[in-house]
Amino acid sequence: MNMGSFTQQFLQQIINGLSLGSIYSLIALGYTMIYGIIKLINFAHGDIYMLGAFIGFVATTKFQMSFLPALILAMVGAGLAGIIIERIAYRPMRNAPRIAVLITAIGVSFFLEYTMILIATPQPRTFPAVFSPTVYHFAGLVVNNQQILILVSALLLMAGLTYIVNHTKAGQAMRAVSFDPDAARLMGINIDRIISMTFALGSALAAAAGVLVGIYYNSIDPLMGTMPGLKAFIAAVVGGIGILPGAMMGGLIMGLVEAMVSGFFSSTFRDAAAFAILIIILLYKPSGLLGKNVKEKV
Amino acid sequence: MQTGKKLLAILCLGTMLAGAVTGCGKSGSSAKEIKIGGNLEMTGTGASYGKSSQNGIKLAIEKINGQGGVLGKKLALSVADNKSEAAEATNAMQKLISQDKVVAVIGPSISSCVIATTAVNAGAKVLDISPLGTNPKVTVDQNGKTRAYNFRTCFIDPFQGTVMAKFVKDTLKAKKVAILVDNSSDYSKGLAQYFEETFTKNGGTIVAKESFLQKDTDFKATLTKIQATNPDMIYVPAYYQEVGLIVKQARELGITVPMAGGDGWDSAKMPEIAGKAALNKTFFSSLYSPEDNTPMNKEFVAAYEKAYNEKPDVFAALSYDSTLLIAEALKKAGEVNSAKVAAAMAEIKGLEGVSGKVTFDAQHNPVKSAFIIEYKDGKQSFKTKIEPK
Repeated sequence: MNMGSFTQQFLQQIINGLSLGSIYSLIALGYTMIYGIIKLINFAHGDIYMLGAFIGFVATTKFQMSFLPALILAMVGAGLAGIIIERIAYRPMRNAPRIAVLITAIGVSFFLEYTMILIATPQPRTFPAVFSPTVYHFAGLVVNNQQILILVSALLLMAGLTYIVNHTKAGQAMRAVSFDPDAARLMGINIDRIISMTFALGSALAAAAGVLVGIYYNSIDPLMGTMPGLKAFIAAVVGGIGILPGAMMGGLIMGLVEAMVSGFFSSTFRDAAAFAILIIILLYKPSGLLGKNVKEKV
Repeated sequence: MQTGKKLLAILCLGTMLAGAVTGCGKSGSSAKEIKIGGNLEMTGTGASYGKSSQNGIKLAIEKINGQGGVLGKKLALSVADNKSEAAEATNAMQKLISQDKVVAVIGPSISSCVIATTAVNAGAKVLDISPLGTNPKVTVDQNGKTRAYNFRTCFIDPFQGTVMAKFVKDTLKAKKVAILVDNSSDYSKGLAQYFEETFTKNGGTIVAKESFLQKDTDFKATLTKIQATNPDMIYVPAYYQEVGLIVKQARELGITVPMAGGDGWDSAKMPEIAGKAALNKTFFSSLYSPEDNTPMNKEFVAAYEKAYNEKPDVFAALSYDSTLLIAEALKKAGEVNSAKVAAAMAEIKGLEGVSGKVTFDAQHNPVKSAFIIEYKDGKQSFKTKIEPK
C-alpha cells in the first residue's frame, strides 16, 4: 500500500470516476434521445436499466450464456419492453398535456419496480462472475478487467449509436422527427415507427448499462434503477437535454465529480455535489453545457 | 317525499355499516387465538432479515402451540411489511395495532425503524420487542427515561462497538483504524461512536472517518482515500448489502488489511456479494452462533434446518427468543392485556433462549454474552466469546 502521493491518488480517482461515469452516460443517452423526440422525461428509464440487468441475470444463470449473448439478449429484451411501454402507456397520451405524460411515466416506473418485486422478490441477487476479475497494477494504480470492459463497451455502444443517428436513413428520420414532427410527417416519415425505434434504442442502451453494472458490482435488485436513473437524468440535463454528445459528456462529468468529491473532500458531500451541479447548470446555462440558447416563439 | 326517502335510506345504510364495524371488532377480541404482530423487513435492504425473523417466529409459535399454547389459547402471527424504512415501519405498526389488534409486536430489527415506531405502540400501550434493534434509543428516550413498552432481545450498540474495539486492539493488534459509516443509519453511527470511544481510550488512533448512504453501490473513491491513510484495519459497522460491496471493492483496490463490523454483516448473502476469497480476514460481533452447544440451541437448529433447509441466522434465533419472551410475559400477566403483558415482560429473569439466558435490566436491555465470528473461505466460524461485565 503505497498510495501516498497525490498524483497517484488523483489518477486512481479518475479511473474510479470514468467507470462510474460511463454507466451514467449510457443511461443518460436514453433519457436524452426520448426527450429529444417526444419531449418526455421518461422516469421509467431507470427501471428499464433494472429490467436489462435482470434479463442479463436470467440469461447468465438459467441459460448459462456467456457475456456477449447475454448482453445482446438483455438489449433486445429491454428494447422490446421499451416499444411496448411506449405503445401502451405513452402513445395514447401523445396529445395530452405534458404533465399528464410525466405522471404516466412515474406510474410506469412504479409498475415496473413492483412487478419485478412480485416476480423476483425484493432480495438482492448476486450476478454470476461472467469474467473472473483480473487486477492490473501499473505505476501504483489499480485497474481491473471489469472496469476496462465497462469503459470499452460503453464507448463502442456510444460510437454505434452516433453512427446510427448520423449516418443511416432511420437516424436521419429520427433527427427530422425531433426537429419538427409535423414537417417530418408531411415528408412521409412514419412518426410512430420512428418513436418506437427511439424507445428501443434508448432502452437497449440502458439494458447494456444494467448488465455491465450487474457484472461490475455483482448485486442487482428491483429498486436498483432509482438512484442511477436520477443521476443519469442530471447528466442529461448538464450536457444539454436532447443532445447526444451532451449526455455522454454529462455522464462522465457526473462520475468524475462524484469520485473527486468523495476522494478529496468528504464522501458525505458526494450526492450534494451531484445535485448542486444540476442547480448551477439550471441557473447559469439552462440549456446545458452543449445546448444552444433557443428563443421560444410566443 | 323524495328527500324523506333518501334520508331514510342513508339512515338505514348508516346503521348497517355501524353494525358491521362493531361486529368485526367483537369477533376479533373473542377469537380463540392470541395475535402477535410481526413488524418485519419483508422487502427493501433488510429483506433477508425479515424472512429469517418470520421463519424463527413461526417455528417458536409452532412449538408453543404444540405444547398447548398460552393461557389456553393458540398463538397466531400477523405480519406487516415495513419495507426496511422508518416511515413504512410506523404505518405497519399502526396497521398491526388498530386493524389486526395484536397483543404484542415483534420487530422491526433495524434500529432507525424501531425508533420511529416507538410513539405508536407506546400510545396504544402495546408491547414491542425488537429482535435486533441495537441502538440505545430503542428502549430509552432522548431524556434517558426507559420506554415502558419497548424491549429488545439483543445487547446494545455500546457493547458491540466496545467488544469490537477490544478485539481489534488485543487480538488483531491494530493501532491505526479507519472507520466507514452508513450515514443514513442510527445503528451504524451508534456502533462507530462507541467503537471510536473505546479504541482511542485504549491508545489507538482513528486515521480516517468516511461515510456513505444506504443503497450506494460505488465505494471505490472513498476506499481509495482510506487506502492513502495506511490503516491497520477498517471498521465498517453497516448492513450486509453495502458491506458486501465495500469488502469486494476494497480487495479489488488491493486493500488487504482486516475488516470488521457488527451483526449487520450476518447474512448468507455476504459470501455471494463480496466473494469468498475477499471475505478472508474479516470479523464481526454477533449475538448468536448456530455452532453454540447448548441443548436448546441444538434442538432449534435441527428443527430449523428441517423446516427451511438452511441454518438459522441471528435474526431467526433472536426472533425465536422474542416469541418465547412474549409467551412467558403472557403467562406471567395471566390475561391477554397488552399493558399488563408489558409490565410482566420487565420482570423476566433468566429465561433460557437459543441465544443465551435473558434477564432484562432497568433499561429493558438483556444482559448476555457476545460472540466474535470470522469469515473463512465464505463460511462463518466461531472465533471467541466475550462475556458481559
